[in-house]
Amino acid sequence: MDWTALRLSIELGALTVLFLLPVGILAGRALAYRDFPGKGLVEALIALPLVLPPTVLGFYLLVALGAASPLGQAWQAAVGRPLVFSFEGLVLASVLFNLPFAIQPMQRGFEAIPAELRAAAACCGMTPWRAFARVELPLAWPGVLTAMVLSFAHTMGEFGIVLMVGGSVPGETRTAAIAIYDRVQAFDDAAAGRMSAALLAVSLAAIALSYAFSRRIGRRLG
Amino acid sequence: MRGLSVALAQDAPIPLAAGFACAPGEVLALVGPSGSGKSTILKCIAGVYRPGAGTVAVDGETWFDAARGIDLAPHARAAGMVFQSYALFPHMTALGNVAAAMDHAPRAERDERARRLLDLVHLAGLEERRPAELSGGQQQRVAVARALARDPKVLLLDEPFSSVDKATRQRLYVEIAALRRAFSMPVVLVTHDLDEAAMLADRLAVLHRGRTLQAGTPEEVTTKPDSAEVARLVNLRNVFAGRVAGHAEADAAGEARALTLVDWNGRRLECARNPAFKPGDACAWVIPDGFVVPHRRDRPSRGERENPVRGTIAAALAIGPNVQIALDLGPGEAHPLHFSLPAHVARRNGFAPGAEATVSLLAEGIHLMPPARGEG
Repeated sequence: MDWTALRLSIELGALTVLFLLPVGILAGRALAYRDFPGKGLVEALIALPLVLPPTVLGFYLLVALGAASPLGQAWQAAVGRPLVFSFEGLVLASVLFNLPFAIQPMQRGFEAIPAELRAAAACCGMTPWRAFARVELPLAWPGVLTAMVLSFAHTMGEFGIVLMVGGSVPGETRTAAIAIYDRVQAFDDAAAGRMSAALLAVSLAAIALSYAFSRRIGRRLG
Repeated sequence: MRGLSVALAQDAPIPLAAGFACAPGEVLALVGPSGSGKSTILKCIAGVYRPGAGTVAVDGETWFDAARGIDLAPHARAAGMVFQSYALFPHMTALGNVAAAMDHAPRAERDERARRLLDLVHLAGLEERRPAELSGGQQQRVAVARALARDPKVLLLDEPFSSVDKATRQRLYVEIAALRRAFSMPVVLVTHDLDEAAMLADRLAVLHRGRTLQAGTPEEVTTKPDSAEVARLVNLRNVFAGRVAGHAEADAAGEARALTLVDWNGRRLECARNPAFKPGDACAWVIPDGFVVPHRRDRPSRGERENPVRGTIAAALAIGPNVQIALDLGPGEAHPLHFSLPAHVARRNGFAPGAEATVSLLAEGIHLMPPARGEG
């Protein structure tokens, strides 16, 4: 059992969710309530990782984050090591390919709030910030929670992009999904089986918890 | 200036050309068919909809003035709004909903004041219920309490009785009437129900396609509409076209009366004097139901000599204790004259479909208006 890989996966998932939470809320809310030119294009770009083969996205990320890219060079200059094949690079890639999993459920969550309810918050004298904190966020919470769980579970299971951008550096970029692949390549089916079971258990627990919470919130909102 | 004054104008997307004022303690009802812009006008006052041009001012404070670039955010306008769907916050209790509108009040006082308001709308004991656990009428009361919690300078009610049953509605009417006495602020009520408007409001503003056609007391608007269009919107069905023949002094039963004479479809009508019309002017005229007096078989009716009109009863529809009668006036008049009678009177006088009947149109009830568009 490669505990390091499992821990790395969980860390990667947690950090991804942490970064995506504010991004998803801001972007999801803006897409739900605002109309602007090019909105369709923005939505299409966000949804792209859903349909793009992970290797294609991985390849572009490798190019965009690599030593030859401005971002890669800036990172190298600032931190002293390359962005690709590092944990930080993996987090960045993970945040990008999880955008649809975070933004779309949050957008649906905000869209589900009737316009009259938001108008009522303003008519109650709430400033936009108060209305967001006291009315919008609590009501969009099931969508936000779904987004967090989906992003986490999806990060835990992602293989193609992790391999392309991170490779398989033990303790740095070798996540549980990569470790399973490694074990199978080494004909170590027993270790692969244990890792798979652990990943299955974590994913199932995350989804089950989110369903249970959603139902509770649903009952509370009546 | 004390009270609310509103002037709104825009062409699209929703046409608006509305202007009215509402004094403190006064209830103004905006009436009109759906799509006439009533709710949009309320939203303009509350600040959740921004019209192209116009002004909204309350107690001398300008909330919106397109020309001067003033547009207060809705949370900065002290307007209490009761939404058609109530728009209660589903995740808060009744008490929480009311307290949510008290950001302006000291934190320590909010709970007690919210309880007092719920008590005022007869919801004491239900403070901890969520909206989903309340009936429609109870939700409406929470919405009213929440609107009042803001200490509003103007109260806006958007079709507040449309989604409760009739019995609840009757109770709520009484409560709203009591509340308006307790709070001296302008109240603007949006409704498509004319009876409701007449019952609750001091004045009506009749709207059509975002335009204020007439504002006045319920009696004025429903008996002396400014135009055939208003007459139609306030359900006056007896609108006919005529031409002014002249003015006259008549001496009916020793009583001198100033009259305007109108030629209508071969008949000459005596109408209450309206000096605004000159002989030869085309006009439309309307007579509310209560001024159509059927001639009885057994004895002469009041005002029987005034404007007798004979016709054939085309339809007699029993509605509750009354009968709605449509009197066909013969060739030359496209639509019938409508009036209603107590069912027993209709029966005793043989007012049934196919029967001949004579009615008098009381001169004092005949109101002259400019000709409807496309006529005259």
